[in-house]
Amino acid sequence: MIYNISIWAVVIFISFVAAVLGLSFYFARKTNSAAGYYAAGGNIHWGVNGIAFAGDYLSAASFLGICGMIAYSGYDGFLYSIGYLAGWVVALFIVAEPMKRLGRYTFTDALDARFNSKAIKLTAAISTLVVSIFYLIPQMVGAGDLVVPLLGLPHWAGVVIVGSIVIFIVATAGMTSTTYVQFIKGALLIIFSTILTIYILNNGFTLNPGKDYHKFETIGATIEGSVIVGTDSPDYLFKQSYNVGDMTFIETEKDGVAKWFKLSSDSTNLEETLFITTLKDGTKLYNGEPKSAAKFFQVGHLSKIVVDGVEVEKTGPVGPFEFLTTMENSEIVRFSKRDIREANTLVWFQNVTEGKKMVKPGLLYKLTSESGATPWDRVNFLSLMLALFLGTSALPHILIRYYTVSSQSAARKSTIVAIAAIGFFYILTLYMGLGASINGVLDVESSNMSGPLLAKYFGVGIFSIISAIAFATVLGTVSGLIVASSGAIAHDLMDKYLNMKMDDRQKVKAGKISAFCVGILAIALGILFKGMNVSFLVGLAFAVAASANLPSILFLLFWDKTTAKGISWSIVTGILSSVILILFSPAMYERYGLLKETAPIPIDNPGIISIPLAVIVLVIVSLMTQKDNSSKVENYHND
Amino acid sequence: MHGPAVKLSKDNAVAKKTRLGVILFIFYTIVYGGFVLIGLLKPELMGLHVIGKQNLAIVYGFGLIFLAIVMGFIYNIVCTRMEKKLNK
Repeated sequence: MIYNISIWAVVIFISFVAAVLGLSFYFARKTNSAAGYYAAGGNIHWGVNGIAFAGDYLSAASFLGICGMIAYSGYDGFLYSIGYLAGWVVALFIVAEPMKRLGRYTFTDALDARFNSKAIKLTAAISTLVVSIFYLIPQMVGAGDLVVPLLGLPHWAGVVIVGSIVIFIVATAGMTSTTYVQFIKGALLIIFSTILTIYILNNGFTLNPGKDYHKFETIGATIEGSVIVGTDSPDYLFKQSYNVGDMTFIETEKDGVAKWFKLSSDSTNLEETLFITTLKDGTKLYNGEPKSAAKFFQVGHLSKIVVDGVEVEKTGPVGPFEFLTTMENSEIVRFSKRDIREANTLVWFQNVTEGKKMVKPGLLYKLTSESGATPWDRVNFLSLMLALFLGTSALPHILIRYYTVSSQSAARKSTIVAIAAIGFFYILTLYMGLGASINGVLDVESSNMSGPLLAKYFGVGIFSIISAIAFATVLGTVSGLIVASSGAIAHDLMDKYLNMKMDDRQKVKAGKISAFCVGILAIALGILFKGMNVSFLVGLAFAVAASANLPSILFLLFWDKTTAKGISWSIVTGILSSVILILFSPAMYERYGLLKETAPIPIDNPGIISIPLAVIVLVIVSLMTQKDNSSKVENYHND
Repeated sequence: MHGPAVKLSKDNAVAKKTRLGVILFIFYTIVYGGFVLIGLLKPELMGLHVIGKQNLAIVYGFGLIFLAIVMGFIYNIVCTRMEKKLNK
C-alpha cells in the first residue's frame, strides 16, 4: 500500500518520541541502584502503577492486533479482548498479593522464595526470556507496520527505530522511566481511543465511505459448458482461469495491465479483486502495476444498511447500542485472501457477509457444523480461550510491575485500576474494529493498521496522535519486556544462578548490557515475522507463558507438596511442549511457505495440550521428590 | 534468599483474603467457562437476542468485562476492611 505522508503526522510523532526520550534522561540521573533499575525503588503510587499496568498490557496486540482482527473477522477478534481481560481476574484474585509478598525484582525471585533452588533460578530465568521474546516479536512487527503509513519508511526501518529507542530507554533508566512512559501512554491511548469511538458513532453508517473509495467493477462471465471462456466486456482480454477450492478466479488484461476477477457464487458474474503478483525476479506488482503507481487501494465497505427493516443509504450519528444492532442488520463486504500458487498471485476477493455474522463468533474460529467446523477447530477455540485466561498472570513483564509498588494492598489496588482501564478500552476495540471494517480504510496487506487507518479517515490530526500513541505503546511494552529479560539474565542467571560477585553498580551495568543484547535480537525477529497479525502472535506468547509459568505459580501458592524439582520440570515441559507445538502448527507451516494442511499439529494454539502437560509433570515430579521439601526455606502460609 | 524490594509490614489478613480471592476466582471461572462452552457446544445461541436488540454474544462478552471490573471493586472493599480489622 502507498500512503501519503503528512508533515503534521511526522511532527507529532517526533515530538512524542522526543518527550519519551526526555523522560528517560530525567529518570536516568535518579537510577543508580539495582532496586531502582529493576523495580523503580518500589515506590510508584498504585494509581500510576495501575495505569502503567494498562500501558504495559495494552500493547500492539490490543490496539493494532485486536482492532485489525475485528475489522477482518468480526466478533472473533473481540474474543481476544474478552480473554485478555478475564486473565486479569486470575492476576487479581490469585497472583497479585502473593507475588508482591514473595518477590523482589523478578518472577524467579517469587518462585524461588521457598526453595533457594539453582534449578528454579535457571529454568524460571529461561522461561522469562522465552516468553518475553515471544511477546517481543509481535510488538516489533507492529512497530514496523506503523511507520509505513506514518513516516513512509519501510517495515524494517520501523523495527530498527523502535529497537534502538527502547534499548536507549531501558539502558538509561530501567523500570522508573518505563513505568512513567507506560502511565502516560496508557492514559493517552484510552483517552484518544474514546475520542475515535465517538467519531465512529457520530459518523454512523454509509454505503459510500468517501469520494476516493474505489468503485469495484462487476462484468459478465461467458461460460461454455462449465468452463469460463471469456467476459462479456470488450475491454477485458480473457487469459486464464484458476480453480482454488470451490472458487474460480480469472486472470484478464485491460490496456496491457493484468486484472483479476472472481466468479460469483451463482456463476454469472465476475467480481473485481485486489491482487499482488510476484514476478520471477521477485518484483511485486500491485493490481498489475508497480507499487509506486498507487493502484492498490484501501477497502472494506457496506453493501446494505438496514434500519428498522428499511434499507437506507446512510444513518447519520448512532448510539453505541444502535451501532451494534444496525451492524447486525446490515451487510458488509469483507476481503478474503486466496493464494493462487500456479500464478504466483495473492488475491483478495469480495466476501459479502451478513452483519449478524460480524457480531457473534464464527468467522475466524469455525464452530458450527454448517460452517464446516471440525473437532480440531473447536479444540483450537477452547485452547485459545484457555491460554488467554491463564496467560496474563504468567507474563514476566506484568509480574515485575508488582515490585514497583510499596505494599500488598497497593499491588491489589493497582491491579483493580488496571482492570477498569483495560476493560473500558476493550469495549472500545469492538467499535474501532467494526468501524474500520465499514469505512474503506483496510490495508489488506496488514490487518494491524486498521485502527490507525480508521483514525486517518477522520482526519490527519487524530491519525497522527493515535499513530504516535500506538508507537509509544510499542515502545513502552518493549521497554517492559526488555527490563524483564535483562532482569532474567543479569539478576537471575548471572547474580543468583552463577553467583557472580557483583556490587550494585555492576548489577545495573549487567542489566543494561543484557537489555542491549535482547534488543538486538528483538529487532532481528521483528523483521523476520513481518506480515503476521500481532494479536495472533501475542496469543502464542500467552500460551507459552500459561504453560511454562502458571502451573508453577498456582501450585507453589496452593499445594504444600510442590517441590523445587517439580517446579523446574514443569517449567521445562511447559516451554518445550508449547514451543514445539507452535513450530509444527498450521500457522507456522504457512509462514515456512508450506501448505498449512500438511502441518503435523492440527491446532494453532498449544495451550490445551501444553498447560495440562506442565501440570501433570509438576504433580508427578513433586510427589516423587517429597524428601527434598524437608529443606524448604520458608512456608508461604506462615507469612 | 530474597525479600521484597521494599520492607512489607506483617499482614494478618492474608489467609482470609486468599480464601475470598479463590472463591471469587472460581465464580468468575464458572461464568467465563459458560461463555466458552456455549461457543463450543451451542454456538447458534450466540446469535439469539437476549436483552433489547442485543444478541447473547454481545451481552455475555460485555457482561464478562463489566463483571471483572465490578468484582475487582468488591474484592478491594472487602480486603481493605479485613486489613483494617485484623492489622490494628
